Amino acid sequence: MSISIDRVYKKFGNFTALDGVSLDVPDGTLLALLGPSGSGKTTLLRIIAGLEVADSGTVISDGEDITQQSARHRKVGFVFQHYALFRHMTVAENIAYGLKVRKAPRKQIRERVDEMLHLIRLETLQNRYPAQLSGGQRQRVALARALAAQPSVLLLDEPFGALDAKVRQELRQWIRRLHDEIHVTSIFVTHDQEEAFEVADRVVVMNHARIEQIGTPQDVYSHPATAFVYQFLGNVTTFGGTVRDAWFQLGQTSTYLPVTEPVRNGPAIACVRNHDVKVYTQPNSAAPIAARITHVNAAGSVVRVELERTDDKSRIAAELCKDNGVPPLQPGATAYVELRNVRVFPSDAAPPHPSPAVDATRQPVARAVG
Amino acid sequence: MSAEGTSVRNSQNDAVWVRRTLTGFAVLVIVVLVIIPLVNVFAQALSEGFGTYWDNLFHDHDTFAAIKLTMIVAPTALLLNLIFGVTAAWAIAKFSFPGRTLLTALIDLPFSVSPVVAGLIFVLIFGLQGYLGPFLRRDGYSAMPYVLSLLAVALYVLLYLGLRPINPLELRGWWRHPWLATLVGGGLVFAVTFAPQIYFELWPRDTSLKIIFATPGLILATAFITFPFVARELIPVMEAIGVEEELAAVSLGANGWQVFWQITVPNIKWGLIYGIILCNARAMGEFGAVYVVSGHIAGLTDTMPLRIEKLFQEYNLPGSFAVASLLTLVALLTLLAKIGVDRAEANRIKTATEGTNELRS
Repeated sequence: MSISIDRVYKKFGNFTALDGVSLDVPDGTLLALLGPSGSGKTTLLRIIAGLEVADSGTVISDGEDITQQSARHRKVGFVFQHYALFRHMTVAENIAYGLKVRKAPRKQIRERVDEMLHLIRLETLQNRYPAQLSGGQRQRVALARALAAQPSVLLLDEPFGALDAKVRQELRQWIRRLHDEIHVTSIFVTHDQEEAFEVADRVVVMNHARIEQIGTPQDVYSHPATAFVYQFLGNVTTFGGTVRDAWFQLGQTSTYLPVTEPVRNGPAIACVRNHDVKVYTQPNSAAPIAARITHVNAAGSVVRVELERTDDKSRIAAELCKDNGVPPLQPGATAYVELRNVRVFPSDAAPPHPSPAVDATRQPVARAVG
Repeated sequence: MSAEGTSVRNSQNDAVWVRRTLTGFAVLVIVVLVIIPLVNVFAQALSEGFGTYWDNLFHDHDTFAAIKLTMIVAPTALLLNLIFGVTAAWAIAKFSFPGRTLLTALIDLPFSVSPVVAGLIFVLIFGLQGYLGPFLRRDGYSAMPYVLSLLAVALYVLLYLGLRPINPLELRGWWRHPWLATLVGGGLVFAVTFAPQIYFELWPRDTSLKIIFATPGLILATAFITFPFVARELIPVMEAIGVEEELAAVSLGANGWQVFWQITVPNIKWGLIYGIILCNARAMGEFGAVYVVSGHIAGLTDTMPLRIEKLFQEYNLPGSFAVASLLTLVALLTLLAKIGVDRAEANRIKTATEGTNELRS
């Protein structure tokens, strides 16, 4: 079932949770609502489920306006962050509940419950109570309960939030495979970009009650529409500065970077991913920024270096790939920094019109001027 | 739990004599203040043999009437408090609304007000010299059919508005015309409930409706004194459980009725039983407020505690203690039931945790 949300507003007291959000979810999509806490993503999910009522705007499902429809008529499967399993019912009774209240025949309920138990691989635990299950098992029961009544949409609120890292990893892949099997339109909320990229077909990045960008994981990562999206997806160092005639002045310093995107003159933010920062021990024309090394951490697959610029004391973080030969770096020593794939955004942070087709990130740009 | 308790006690390393003295003192106090009087109640009641005891209870007309009256007053007050307690706890635990804190505080009022004052409040309202008393005495029963029918109409309107689908597509027939349905339907409900009351002469004519010095007053006073019990037990339970399970049930297609009986009630079951037990014990034993509103008409408005006091004043000690032994028995049963509930609750938690531990290990 496709879902279409049109200019939805929602306020809680003085706090604006959704500020005119519009979104189309085509049938069969697995979509992630990604954003920091307080960005309105859970509110949006609850409005789609009918557990929250929008102040204004419409929710349309397969062409039918369901804005005023109560949650019990929406045929939505909702998986709560803390599962909300019925604690006085066994696993099997939990899964059967949605069918039972809809007065399905007993035999059909039994068959469907068995089918769901098989799907979540918990046949042997069907007579346990929720308190007797581990977190990952509870999560799977919650999912089975939501799916049992064959909902037209599956909504998941931070589905992996309360699980430990390993179980989370397993469940992510499992949900991805499950979606490939049953193709029910699904929306899940997460604040973890890795999770969103790994599981979803489409990612919606939200911030401050608005949608910043919608696209495939590849799209959103390669062509972030705003400085916020760029910073939110991965480890990024940002520089304040000014754009003047296609050159970006780094703070009050005399370092300039060429700007390839159409950014108008005025205050701007330059973003660079930490793995696009290169560190050299000798100055060269590509590495114009002098900085003092404050911290080196070589544990893990990359070497993480923190530096402090000598000109304005601002900080830069770098992730150096061990394969490419990392120069010997000592804390306290002076190093020279090259910035590759820098993106410049106007600093008022207004989302620009559909992201320009220019792939600015492909062009190495750092150059010292004057 | 016991193993943990022992280790804590051992780790304190108090001298043996300190432990023994403290334990001995506690036991002594309980024996002197609780056990001896308790045994004495039964000893006194049975002092003239079981036959007399039996006669004192069931062949003394006024005593038997007192037992019957208590059996009417306590359950009715309990029922009122059950409805009120669940509603109030629901409102306080699940919604935030202006006056929520005030309501929470007001629920405790009967605990802090002296029962005698509570009794006097009812006399002031419903008594012969009170605000409503004279009117009820004169026209109470003639007003009753109207009151009952209007209540039925209110119930009908509430149900109509509550069950009316929100989705415009589901509005068919009767649901499509709220004004018509409220006015015409309300009128019909009024007529249907009013006519039989008149035709069958449900309410007595030429009789004055008495609240004070009659059973309704006793019920009101008892309900007032005991109303915190159920609500107080339920509020923390409901707050701890939260609303997510109920929301989950709604999203699975359950209606309000199903959510309440299939999700809410099973979750609050033990708190509810606990509240009922305590509320009932207090309702049966209530003395102060009931003393003020009763009027002490032997065989008519004496409840068991009042009867005990009256027999005692008449120097009928075996009779007095016979009734007292019944109330004591109720207290002992309450205690047993309370222990049973506590144990069932602890058991449930224990099996649940054991199951989890077994899985985690």
